[in-house]
Amino acid sequence: MNKDFIQEEILRASGVNPKKCMKCGKCSATCPAYDEMEYHPHQFVSMVENGDIEPLLSSESLYKCLSCFACIDRCPRGVEPAKLVEAVRLAVVRQQDKNHLTANDIPALLDDETPQQLLVSAFRKYTK
Amino acid sequence: MQRVGVFVCWCGSNIAGTVDVHAVAEALKSEPGVVFSTDYQYMCSQAGQDIIKQAIAEHNLTGIVVCSCSPRMHEATFRKTAQAAGLNPYMVEIANIREQCSWVHKDMLTGTEKAIILGKAAVAKVNLNTPLTPGESPVTKRALVIGGGIAGIQTALDIADAGFPVDIVEKQPTIGGKMAQLDKTFPTLDCAACILTPKMVDVAQNEKIRIFSYSEVEEVGGFVGNFDVKIKKKARFVKEDICTGCGACVEKCPMKKNPNEFNLGMDNRPAIYIPFAQAVPKVATIDPNACNMLKNGKCGLCARVCAAGAIDYTQKDEIIEEKYGAIVVATGFNPISMEKFDEFAYNQSKDVITSLEFERLTNAAGPSAGKLIRPSDGKHPHTIVFVQCVGSRCDACAEKGKEYCSKICCMYTAKHAMLTRDKYPDTDVYVFYIDVRTPGKNFDEFYRRAVEEFGVKYVKGMVGKVTPEGDKLKVQASDLLSNKQLHIDADLVVLAAAIEPDKSARPLATMLTASMDTNDFFTEAHPKLRPVESPTAGVFLSGACQGPKDIPETVSQAGAAASKVIGLLAKDKLTGNPCIASSNELMCNGCSSCERVCPYGAITYVDKEFRMPDRTTKIRRVASVNPAVCQGCGACTVACPSGAMDLKGFANSQIIAEVDAICK
Amino acid sequence: MQVKEYKPLIVAFCCNWCSYAGADLAGNNRLSYPADVKIIRVPCSCRVNPMFILRAFQRGADGVIICGCHPGDCHYTSGNYYTRRRMAALFSMLDFLGIEKERTRVEWVSAAEGAKFAATMNEFAETVASLGENKRLEDLRCKR
Repeated sequence: MNKDFIQEEILRASGVNPKKCMKCGKCSATCPAYDEMEYHPHQFVSMVENGDIEPLLSSESLYKCLSCFACIDRCPRGVEPAKLVEAVRLAVVRQQDKNHLTANDIPALLDDETPQQLLVSAFRKYTK
Repeated sequence: MQRVGVFVCWCGSNIAGTVDVHAVAEALKSEPGVVFSTDYQYMCSQAGQDIIKQAIAEHNLTGIVVCSCSPRMHEATFRKTAQAAGLNPYMVEIANIREQCSWVHKDMLTGTEKAIILGKAAVAKVNLNTPLTPGESPVTKRALVIGGGIAGIQTALDIADAGFPVDIVEKQPTIGGKMAQLDKTFPTLDCAACILTPKMVDVAQNEKIRIFSYSEVEEVGGFVGNFDVKIKKKARFVKEDICTGCGACVEKCPMKKNPNEFNLGMDNRPAIYIPFAQAVPKVATIDPNACNMLKNGKCGLCARVCAAGAIDYTQKDEIIEEKYGAIVVATGFNPISMEKFDEFAYNQSKDVITSLEFERLTNAAGPSAGKLIRPSDGKHPHTIVFVQCVGSRCDACAEKGKEYCSKICCMYTAKHAMLTRDKYPDTDVYVFYIDVRTPGKNFDEFYRRAVEEFGVKYVKGMVGKVTPEGDKLKVQASDLLSNKQLHIDADLVVLAAAIEPDKSARPLATMLTASMDTNDFFTEAHPKLRPVESPTAGVFLSGACQGPKDIPETVSQAGAAASKVIGLLAKDKLTGNPCIASSNELMCNGCSSCERVCPYGAITYVDKEFRMPDRTTKIRRVASVNPAVCQGCGACTVACPSGAMDLKGFANSQIIAEVDAICK
Repeated sequence: MQVKEYKPLIVAFCCNWCSYAGADLAGNNRLSYPADVKIIRVPCSCRVNPMFILRAFQRGADGVIICGCHPGDCHYTSGNYYTRRRMAALFSMLDFLGIEKERTRVEWVSAAEGAKFAATMNEFAETVASLGENKRLEDLRCKR
């Protein structure tokens, strides 16, 4: 996939302007999933702006983001990192055969404590 | 009919390179009113000016047109030339054939054609010029300083030094402002009170300075050189000239539980109080909302113990009217409210404090006598986290924070961190920063000492949230350079809150018709070249009310404002701008449209007697423009429905003549 | 009869403190815009009476542009707010009369925006040129 094209797609799909970031790190400071992620919210913003998107596309971090929007609430510049993560995630998942989760995987992942909301949310985020 | 002389400048090759100046001079010779037309290499030079003067004398010119560079460059020069030759300086018009013609158009043919058109427009205008004389108004030689912090104090001292009387109006019971609440000041680590109090005493003892403490400005009328101000002296229920400041009343007052504003509510004060020991004036004040006598008519202890008999429960607010020639605004700043910053648990824990509260804790005269303790349990904090940029550099949501950088926080946090490590070497100190901004003299060296000599841990990253848990504060933050999320158990968290202008600033700006920006900072006349003057003539700016600044800059600016005031008050008369509006009384119907649009309040109404056709007289209300206040914007001329209002120098007929000449 | 090639006549009213200075800056930087644009200096954009604009069209102008300080930055504090409102009303009336909206414009140019001034004039001149000669309000008695 063409590098510039995918960067343009991600920026357009998310509506985010990464240039507004002042590299303060408050998004990552607030992120509850920080320790699970290989690339953190502040890195997503920085790397998308630089065009260094390849590593993000193949990283598990895309699926560790909880979409809790804490980073959006706390960012002093209105950069909305979670939307950027979502856009990168969709760029992967929308390709053929790239679903992160399929219907067949589900039974193995369930337990008594899984809320229905989690299933609905997972299907929205990880499959297309 | 005018006798107009046209002078076309070559400006070396700047104009002559793309405009046939000779052709321009020739073409304009045949314009109505033109009796003389010539061209020369450098009109603004001595030789060029001599040509103009000679032509004025030889040809009895009544008006001149100079086709040259922009009027913003040399209009003043050519006005002086005309004046030197005995011609009224306002019979001069400039056609801009350089910046707006020869430098823009590369083709000689089009450039020349346009230059001729612009010249024709200038000739058409000058044909309708009338000689103008600037008006004069007297100057009241007294200055008013609104605000008694370090900015107001310094300005007042400098003005008094030049020999002019100054009044300071301060809304708190004492002067001193924020600086009086500080402990030590960067980068020298002087004790704030030690350097401020001598200045406060100077102000008190200076014969030329009057302090109106516990007072506010109610109303401002008038214009530069002649302001009429009403000051409300709020009732303190203590006779200021009798009170000796002995403090007996403060000791005996039974109503002891009122939050002490000076210590930001961290301890209490009685209903009758003196804000701090070095207050100027050292006079007690009664808080009418806390005093039992004033609320319920019971008590009166202070009156009984007062040896001087200074207590007066019947005292009323007093309005004082005074005239001033110049006004200086020095209303200062306040830290913003931390209400919207729940992520830092400011409202949930007493151990999350702002930097100003920290300042009071470390101050020997503060609520803990200078011992750094946790406000919740009084224990010593072993781990302190400082959070930078709380509410500053924040443009995400307008109500939460401020878009600008508050300037002083990087330095004062470095100061706090350094002093803490110096006094308590066993305390861990973290500072979470986005950038460290240390632009002043010796500022960066100061911050490096904090890191290198005192071992303050500076972490590039931000604090995401603070959660009170038991007697600890769980701080979750990011460390961008190590790419880690940190979890620190802190005992005290200090927030570097953004600063904003004092709340009294906006109503004051309306009273003074002084401009403010969207952040409520007063706007300066020019951000680079005129930083201490407001666009409103006679109103000057000093200190943080104009923009966030530290003490060295405040004192500089205070001196600059004082020098502007002195320059104004040193004049016996003020000459105004003669290109002002004037109303034709015979056409004016007194409708008030003009008054409503004037940004300066320059228009008033007078009742004048007019002779009617039937020989009787009638009194009509007509508009009158104050020539000293009018700045010549022309808004009134367009608002006027009858066309009575016109602007000298840019009259309706003149502009229409220009339009006609261009469109011909 | 000689048919003169149509060149639009554009009158620009520029306020002394911001847009006129911006125009000067454009010249300082040797930026180009068409010579069809002729600038009239006024102390503030609020000095521009709708009658001046009508007069310009009457006398054969094809486009009129009023340039002032950015809202909030007016040298006279509030002048450009009046300009904004007046011109909105005037242009709406002109539109009603059949004068194309593209023939008139209000633009905010600060003293530092020389490039913006030049770009605006270029674009405006092009637009007005594409609209052709202004026939509607022209008074033939004043035909040039």
